[in-house]
Amino acid sequence: MLMLLDYLPIFLMVAAAIGLCLFILAAGSLLRPSNPYPEKNRPYECGVDHTGEASGGLFRVHYFVVAILFVVFDVEAMFLFPWAVVLQDIGFIGYLEMFVFIFLLLVGFAYAWIKGALEWES
Amino acid sequence: MDQQAIIRSIIVSSPEIIVILGACLLLFVALMKNKHQMTILTGLSLAIILLAATVTAVLSSAPQSAYGGIFVVDGFANFFKAVFYLATALTLLMSGRYVVEEGIAEGEYHALILFALSGMMIMASGRDLLVIYMGLELQALSFYVLAGYLRRDPKSNEAALKYVILGAVSSGIFLYGLSLVYGLTGTTELTGIAVALSANEPPGLAFALAILFLITGLVFKVGAVPFHMWVPDVYEGAPTPITAYLSVASKAAAFAIVLRIFLDALAPAADIWIDAIIAIAVLTMALGSFVALVQSNIKRMLAYSSISHAGFALLGIVAGGPDGVASVMLYLLIYAFMNLGIFAVVVMMRSGEVRGDQIEDFTGLATDHPVWALLTLIFLFSLAGIPPTAGFFAKFYILMALVQEGYVALAVIAVLLSAVAAFFYIRIVMLMYMSPPTRRFDLALTPSLRLALIVAGVGTIGIGLAPGWFLDQALGAGFAETLAFAGGVSP
Repeated sequence: MLMLLDYLPIFLMVAAAIGLCLFILAAGSLLRPSNPYPEKNRPYECGVDHTGEASGGLFRVHYFVVAILFVVFDVEAMFLFPWAVVLQDIGFIGYLEMFVFIFLLLVGFAYAWIKGALEWES
Repeated sequence: MDQQAIIRSIIVSSPEIIVILGACLLLFVALMKNKHQMTILTGLSLAIILLAATVTAVLSSAPQSAYGGIFVVDGFANFFKAVFYLATALTLLMSGRYVVEEGIAEGEYHALILFALSGMMIMASGRDLLVIYMGLELQALSFYVLAGYLRRDPKSNEAALKYVILGAVSSGIFLYGLSLVYGLTGTTELTGIAVALSANEPPGLAFALAILFLITGLVFKVGAVPFHMWVPDVYEGAPTPITAYLSVASKAAAFAIVLRIFLDALAPAADIWIDAIIAIAVLTMALGSFVALVQSNIKRMLAYSSISHAGFALLGIVAGGPDGVASVMLYLLIYAFMNLGIFAVVVMMRSGEVRGDQIEDFTGLATDHPVWALLTLIFLFSLAGIPPTAGFFAKFYILMALVQEGYVALAVIAVLLSAVAAFFYIRIVMLMYMSPPTRRFDLALTPSLRLALIVAGVGTIGIGLAPGWFLDQALGAGFAETLAFAGGVSP
């Protein structure tokens, strides 16, 4: 029982999150005027008629490669910020350890570059 | 950690570092287009493995721990690393002509194999659930790509997609089990979990749930019933050398963490999981043996055979104790030799227009090529567990450990199911020896494939001749002493 009590903050957090969602949805549906008509219910309400399906055309593989490269460096940045904050405490070894991480990422980046993943025109 | 501890940790983990840096190097060597590229890449990979193996041998003089006790180099880890080095080297040797003929002789093949190797080495050395998980994922991600390496073959695409989706699900389940274990014991370190488990008895319902998730995730990686569905499809679709690698090295790595987690960290809670493992082992052996009977594709048949072998090896975990651990380790070593051998034979049969993965393709092989047919016969007899091949002793020691622990009924079931399994191995032998050839054989033999076949054959026969010595090695390499050791040294 004592164990379960330790998780109380997490349960409270989950309860608060669910409660907030329900509150916003309920308040929105009570407050806003409800006036649907066919034009409004169409997928893109920006003045231009949509043509065909969204999944009609194939995306170029390049988009995915660039997206994956973006994620890699996004994650690197995510690690760099907390590392920079505590740099004073973790000392020289901690300083070097980040360079091991950056080196491994650089290997991958250099490989992708040489392989031509960043060439847009082929 | 102070500077000295860091340097010591780097030395202790240097085989892994060598393999990872080597794989990075191979990536760039692969970019340089060259006529002899395949030869250079294979030679370089073998040199890296040899270097790592040498360093492992040097480090194996005494058990050591690093990175604050989450990474160990003990006899257990070194034994498994030896199996991985062997499997990787043989896989590389049998790849040469196959990848050229399939038109996949490019780029990252060798680098990915080495990345998978490093992941498995980390799995074997990890003493912390998170480190083990890291190794598991590194290994799995490399195998997802390798399984789909025949990019223009729909079967290979199917294999990769199935493997990645099911692998991700199982990793998620495993990770959830880890999080529960961490929540209940307050540590991810295996020794800490064992201590916490023996301290507060009895483990409650939440812990049973955690073990259920861990078993599910691990059984998935081992390829045992009821989570075996991916095995035949992945094994059939993947390039044959990769199938061999997957079935031997990846399975051995999965067993390494099963042994470490269940017989080390979760040993105090054995009452909870032992019945589940018994049921899984028996079902796995039964399903693997019976379904293999009706297969016509040899890669699918070997997939079911590997499922049934996984079930047999799980029995060693049921037996537990130093004998049980040693019997599973020896089983995996022998399985590595005989299974890589039979897959090298399948690679040998693939030549020109003949895919060579149908069981009928073996018809009459003995008439034209008596030597290679004999070698195939030895591998098949070993897989079936017929003395005096090594496969017999693999099963024998597991049965011994079982009987010593009093699981006589279980041992009888295991023997009966092995008899069923023997049938479909013998069927190929019958086809090779009793039928006249229906076509001219044009075997895809290269010097390196010959070497792989001979090494596998020598291993299969050699262990069969001196099984006691190898068992002693496995017994000496157990992690029984590391529990006390890790408690004393880890900071």
